[in-house]
Amino acid sequence: MSAVTAAAAPATKLFDLAHDGVRELNRFLHQDAHVLRGLQVVVRNPDGAHNLAVGVNAPVTVEIDGHAGYYCGGMNQHATVVVNGNAGPGVAEGMTSGRVHVHGFASVSAGAAAHGGLLVIDGDASLRCGISMKGIDIVVGGSVGDFAAFMAQAGRLVVCGDAGDGLGDSIYEAVIYVRGRIASFGADAHEEPMTEADYAAVKSLLDASGFDHDPRTFRRVASKRELYHWNADATQEY
Amino acid sequence: MCGIVGLLVKKPGLRPRLGEWMLPMLVGMTERGPDSAGLAVYTAPTAVERRKLSLHDTGGTVDWGAFSTAAVAALGPDTTVAVKANHAVLESAASPGTVKQWVRGAFPQLVVLSAGRRIDLYKDVGLPAEVVARYGLAEVAGTHLVGHTRMATESAVTPENAHPYTAGEDWCVVHNGSLSNPYQIRRKLEPLGIRFDGDCDTEAACRYLEWRMREGDDLEAAIHRGFDAFDGFYTFLMGTEDKLAIVRDAFACKPAVVAETDDYVAIASEFRSLAKLPDIRHATLFEPKPEEIYSWRVQ
Repeated sequence: MSAVTAAAAPATKLFDLAHDGVRELNRFLHQDAHVLRGLQVVVRNPDGAHNLAVGVNAPVTVEIDGHAGYYCGGMNQHATVVVNGNAGPGVAEGMTSGRVHVHGFASVSAGAAAHGGLLVIDGDASLRCGISMKGIDIVVGGSVGDFAAFMAQAGRLVVCGDAGDGLGDSIYEAVIYVRGRIASFGADAHEEPMTEADYAAVKSLLDASGFDHDPRTFRRVASKRELYHWNADATQEY
Repeated sequence: MCGIVGLLVKKPGLRPRLGEWMLPMLVGMTERGPDSAGLAVYTAPTAVERRKLSLHDTGGTVDWGAFSTAAVAALGPDTTVAVKANHAVLESAASPGTVKQWVRGAFPQLVVLSAGRRIDLYKDVGLPAEVVARYGLAEVAGTHLVGHTRMATESAVTPENAHPYTAGEDWCVVHNGSLSNPYQIRRKLEPLGIRFDGDCDTEAACRYLEWRMREGDDLEAAIHRGFDAFDGFYTFLMGTEDKLAIVRDAFACKPAVVAETDDYVAIASEFRSLAKLPDIRHATLFEPKPEEIYSWRVQ
């Protein structure tokens, strides 16, 4: 009986950062994908350390049992990184695939410049969430601070709470869905009608993130595309 | 880059533990600020008519025995001098202005770091752990403290340029960030008779806010004026005789995390400096929002 249970559970590797180094952890996580595939890596006592599980390129699960510092899960490919706490600046920055899930709040620049994958933040995200995002999906259970999705090029940002000032400033082809209040739009961002495709997109992102809000309570924010072409008559009044 | 730390204990019985709890906080910010460190500690107050001044012998040339004798002779028999390494706290019934003038004349190699009824100020170059050891800062007791670890970006690495900065009495500021208009602020204040000691951008903010409070603003009103007066990036952590306060600029470029329990309010640039505090797992954690003033009063 116990042998069957052991075979069914994923193999686990434990790092305790009270005595193990971050470099040791990341070296382990930079092994070839076939070595790491299906492995569960648990990180104890992260205590706000920087660069946890950065640059992983394997279908491995990393569970961080506490608060992470700067750039946690940055440049992630294929891995699932779970933070059982808060994340510092630049969580999942530059991610291309995989999933990063922060159960607490996230500091500034969450998901910055990321090309793909899913970033879920159960709490609030601070300023510049999704800045220059290039294809990532970000779902924030709480509210986002000012300048969310600044210069966002592709991907989707779902905000279950409120959005701060300058939402979607200079946005390109990314799309933002907001359930709560929007303090103000940034240059070239505006609200557009929701289509059935939008409702379906919101539903699928909420389902993937573990939120059960009604997609019909969300609004769509996207680019007016007025900044796409130089307008000499605008006299810099955007 | 710099590191800031602040700590206020909520119960009088915890005041002896202030330094012990601060130690891992300040040392935890070493990577953000390895060149200098400083700490303002708010202690039990002096008698109403007495003031204390923190003095720093940057060159290590002062004979403190001779200094004490001269201080008693010049400032009165009730003058006391407590020395720690090349730092001393002088307490006297003479006004801070009188003491400063005497120090400048008789011991020009000394730098006056602070004045007031509660504030003791220590700052020096070196790793935070070295500065803590040099002055026995893990043993300090008091109601609250404001600390800083410095990575210099716009002025030289000297003890004077380390933070905290002080002005007036029992007022100090530490800064993570950089102001782009310190000379504009300075040109506004100098004609009012406000004297500057150095050329660090933080001194301009420190003296501006102290000037506003001397003109009748409370701390919050002074900071509100600062939103218009200060151009640049800042997280300011501030101490008054009975308050610990923090504010971040509109873009919140410089980090800060607050942890609050029934026993303390602790503030640091990053969580890693808060991780060793007692019962931190059950603390309420949040990041101060841009241009919102957060302050806590000593109970």
